[in-house]
Amino acid sequence: MKVLVPVKRVVDYNVKIRVKADNSGVDLANVKMSMNPFDEISVEEAIRLKEAGKATEVVVVSIGPAQAAETIRTALAMGADRGILIKTDEDVQPLAVAKLLKAVVAEEAPGIVIVGKQAIDDDSNQTGQMLSALLGWGQATFASKIVIGDGSADVTREVDGGLETLTLKLPAIVTSDLRLNEPRYASLPNIMKAKKKPLAEKTPADYGVDVAPRLKTLKVEEPPKRSAGIKVPDVATLVAKLKTEAGVI
Amino acid sequence: MAILVLAENDAAGLKPATLNAVAAAKAIGGDIHVLVAGEGVAATAAEAAKIDGVAKVLTADDAVYANRLAEPLAALVVSIAGAYDYIVAPATTSGKNVTPRIAALLDVAQISEIVKVVSGDTFVRPIYAGNALATVQSSDAKKVITVRTTAFPAVGTSGSAPVEAVASAGNPGLSSFVGAELSKSERPELTAARIVISGGRGMQSGDNFHLLDKIADKLGAAVGASRAAVDAGFVPNDYQVGQTGKIVAPELYVAVGISGAIQHLAGMKDSKVIVAINKDEEAPIFQVADYGLVADLFKALPELEAELSK
Ligand SMILES: Cc1cc2nc3c(=O)[nH]c(=O)nc-3n(C[C@H](O)[C@H](O)[C@H](O)COP(=O)(O)OP(=O)(O)OC[C@H]3O[C@@H](n4cnc5c(N)ncnc54)[C@H](O)[C@@H]3O)c2cc1C
Repeated sequence: MKVLVPVKRVVDYNVKIRVKADNSGVDLANVKMSMNPFDEISVEEAIRLKEAGKATEVVVVSIGPAQAAETIRTALAMGADRGILIKTDEDVQPLAVAKLLKAVVAEEAPGIVIVGKQAIDDDSNQTGQMLSALLGWGQATFASKIVIGDGSADVTREVDGGLETLTLKLPAIVTSDLRLNEPRYASLPNIMKAKKKPLAEKTPADYGVDVAPRLKTLKVEEPPKRSAGIKVPDVATLVAKLKTEAGVI
Repeated sequence: MAILVLAENDAAGLKPATLNAVAAAKAIGGDIHVLVAGEGVAATAAEAAKIDGVAKVLTADDAVYANRLAEPLAALVVSIAGAYDYIVAPATTSGKNVTPRIAALLDVAQISEIVKVVSGDTFVRPIYAGNALATVQSSDAKKVITVRTTAFPAVGTSGSAPVEAVASAGNPGLSSFVGAELSKSERPELTAARIVISGGRGMQSGDNFHLLDKIADKLGAAVGASRAAVDAGFVPNDYQVGQTGKIVAPELYVAVGISGAIQHLAGMKDSKVIVAINKDEEAPIFQVADYGLVADLFKALPELEAELSK
């Protein structure tokens, strides 16, 4: 079984982003970029499936600018086998990403696609579900555990009330949550080896997918700032303030 | 304009998040219908019929909807979607699971976690863990939207809408429900509580969360946690507050032994009053706290409990 993992190049999770002065977007100049953390978790899971003999090949695909090739190389250094870069400078929104991935699935015929539950830039949380809809496959979002069976997968999901487990008929889509695993760091020899792994370059036009955005961003603003309040010297003062000044207890 | 709101419901009945989603639908404006899907939903539908501003409640009563599996639920919504301009759901794990599936089947974009309705096609939504707010305009004829519940105060429940059954759309048979391990608690639900007290890595163990429990019981508060506390196994996953956990905006949020990473702040910075208890006076949580106490939590929490008992 082949595993397909889409990976997105996003602003590193440690970066405190800044809104551009003209409110046209977020300033990405000279900002550290990394693989979306949820995608790293997906790549790790795919590699573990291969190491456990449940998967035969791990293919990663990224849709984005030329630099997204670095994101693919990171995944290859972690242990993925092969990469596909669908190169575009457009703002490709989740529905279009899902359509491109559907086309990749048609070529690659994976047994499972592991998608990050959300990208930490646009926080959309849509792509996996959309891909699953377009393919007519089953889905299990927010996974904290995946057990591959015979033609099926048992997936434990993190839901508002706790955990629930579903059985999916394969092929299927799983979206990964934080506690699915802890991704490995790529070792230096593996980073070197990754440079020789195959990376195919495509464009959205190769797949005949229209990636025109459906949502237009009119402006991007800073949220209202919260200012720091006061330090209280002790618990008694804290409780007094909460009772009389804030009136919340 | 006709708006279909997907009710958030389980075997126990209607969940409060439904009332926030209806509030967003009211802000959009139009004829609001609420869809209650589940097994044996008559009582839940009767509850939904009382929601202010709702013109009609639709019920899909079928075992296939009992566990809110995404594939049958999306098929159901798509089967009746022709009559609606908007499909709106609360941004709960259940809403987030199913709505993108509906949007893709309708070939429209989804507008995730809106916090404001600007006009019929323009909405504000947080991006980058809430560090920026994007105003987005949709060019799709039908709009599929999830709603950040904390941004839309719940509507009242003094209405009386008619209830109508809709046909089940069957089961595509792509997934099946095995079981659930749901956290049981006598305390209020995290996302609906007036007061939330959360613990972080500084709590050191799950046992130490009893220090928070005692205070929560005194205040009628819900207990939450940072990702680090959940990852360390101190508390279950449903306690997590943050960018990728639950979004809360209570009257009072007390962060104990939590450093204040952006991903945590994303889930609680809209709280009315924030209190931070941390032994590190440089901890970023103090930058958003109205009241900061620099102290060892193992000393401060018993004192707080004693002070509240006075
Ligand atoms: C993709 C992604 C998503 C994430 N999503 C979330 C999310 O949804 N929610 C979330 O919370 N995090 C999330 N995180 C993690 C986040 O970046 C932080 O790692 C996490 O919030 C840290 O938790 P903490 O504050 O409990 O731990 P730490 O940062 O380790 O802080 C512990 C604090 O406890 C204090 N302390 C220790 N001992 C004591 C004591 N005895 N008395 C008083 N104070 C004490 C310390 O001074 C310190 O400030 C996410 C990260 C990523 C990459």
